[in-house]
Amino acid sequence: MHELRLKLFIAGDSPRARDAAANLARACERLADGPALIETVDILMDPDAADEFRVLTTPTVVRVSPTPRRRVTGDLRDITQVLAALDLHLLSPP
Amino acid sequence: MSRMVPQGIVKRRTGIPGFDLISEGGLPAARATLIAGTAGSAKTIFAAQFLVSGIVNDDEAGVFVSFEDRVEDIRANMLSFGWDIAAWEKRKKWVFVDAAPDPEEPTAVVGGFDLSALLARIERAVKQSGATRVSLDSLNALFVQFAEHPLLRAELFRITTTLKRLGVTVLFTAERLDDYGEVTRHGVEEFVADNVVILRNLLQNERRRRTIEILKLRGASHERGEYPFTITSRDGIVVIPLSGIELTQSSSTKRVTSGIKRLDEMCGGGFFRDSITLVSGATGTGKTLLVTQFMAGGFKAGERCVLFAFEESKDQLFRNAAAWGYDFATMETDGRLLVVNRYPHAMAMEDHLVQMQQVIADFKPNRVAVDSLSALERVSSIRSFREFVIALTSYLKKHEMVGLFTSTTPNLLGGGSVTEKHISTLTDSIILLRYVEAYGDMLRSINVLKMRGSVHDGSLRQYSIDGRGMHIGEPFRHVQGILSGEPHLDDDGSRDDV
Repeated sequence: MHELRLKLFIAGDSPRARDAAANLARACERLADGPALIETVDILMDPDAADEFRVLTTPTVVRVSPTPRRRVTGDLRDITQVLAALDLHLLSPP
Repeated sequence: MSRMVPQGIVKRRTGIPGFDLISEGGLPAARATLIAGTAGSAKTIFAAQFLVSGIVNDDEAGVFVSFEDRVEDIRANMLSFGWDIAAWEKRKKWVFVDAAPDPEEPTAVVGGFDLSALLARIERAVKQSGATRVSLDSLNALFVQFAEHPLLRAELFRITTTLKRLGVTVLFTAERLDDYGEVTRHGVEEFVADNVVILRNLLQNERRRRTIEILKLRGASHERGEYPFTITSRDGIVVIPLSGIELTQSSSTKRVTSGIKRLDEMCGGGFFRDSITLVSGATGTGKTLLVTQFMAGGFKAGERCVLFAFEESKDQLFRNAAAWGYDFATMETDGRLLVVNRYPHAMAMEDHLVQMQQVIADFKPNRVAVDSLSALERVSSIRSFREFVIALTSYLKKHEMVGLFTSTTPNLLGGGSVTEKHISTLTDSIILLRYVEAYGDMLRSINVLKMRGSVHDGSLRQYSIDGRGMHIGEPFRHVQGILSGEPHLDDDGSRDDV
């Protein structure tokens, strides 16, 4: 079981959604927090999830666990900022 | 070849009392309307009432998108108006979209984003409930949460466009910094709103005065200018549509008694059934007596009567009436007389008006007396007072009720009060009660100064008051200058036979 779980909320397939997914995957490559389980939720298919997590903007990443929850929205172009927003840390360079 | 066919704008009634009158039918259907106002100007109530009306009056569902207040708070707050949102939610008539930010979980922004999730949630709520109305309250919270304002404006435009295409009538609220100034803080109106309505909450003469103004209703006509409104626990927002109500002159030819036979004669057979009469006189001239007889006369004729007393307590009024031989207590028990005692200071003029209208609507009287208007005037601005008289007058006329208002003149001799200056043109008839100093005595005179649409006796008659009420005698024939307050005898100096 993964301790670090992230949900990426997108609204359909769009260049911005793909950018966000790629940027998030890249950001999570070498985390000190351990491997991340990233679940992508298309709110057009599953609006209940958007209600449940009170998502207004897309793309949005919610760190579901560990709590407290953290969230960041946007195309996630700046990985350093994304990690800071989600309170995640890179492994020290080898 | 297709041709542009001019189409009338279909309006959706808001159910907000008075607003549908000044907006000539409500908010344009399938359009977006911005409700802008300073903090505390009742924007959220307006937004909620718009949905409530759809449910209650037209059985149409509504979606409430809250960017600011927690939905539990909105449910609790609106319950004070008797609006049971939770019950409507169970019936899928009211759906919340909770878009308020969680203070525990702030959202960081990294790069471009859009409001697709919000739009998807609203669209789903609309489709699931079949809603025809959507209220979004308030946009400011969104603009505070996200610094990307141009992006927000573009996205809000996309949301309204989508909702309008679904045939939904959209209402946004937004905050303003000043009651007079830029429409909104963030300039959303040009982007999202076809129509703009302004709510104001002003401090005037140390009293709160709420007004509503329709700034624009694109492509549709509406009344212009500010209209006072109030908030009641029974109806929520109640707009007082002053120019929407027309001051019609009395149109009935049916006469009713003033309660005094000789006064009926002076008026050519009594008051018209839908006319308003102003009685002006100094203290002690018998205004309250005239009101008492007006009530008793109506009661005796089988009418229902309401007296709004602003000067004397109910006990005192009943004691006075008893002294003149009228048993108000029994008349009230009988159910056809209602005496309502109010303190002028207790509330704003708009609230007095709305509460009086509610009393009248519930009791359905044939005649209404107000004793006195001067007591109300002392606690209001000239404008509020005039609006009050216009609204009350037209309300009574519309319901074919005969009205008698009293006004106290400041001077014992002569006449003319501020009250009269402001309202004399609004009433159909004016009766003057004046002291006359003559022959070494203080006498009293009564005169029907004006009576619209009727021949009347314009003479100044002497009257006396005793244990059985007012007794009107013969005209003064040898005294001049009574109304100017400087009575003097004719040259021949003979005493009037009274």
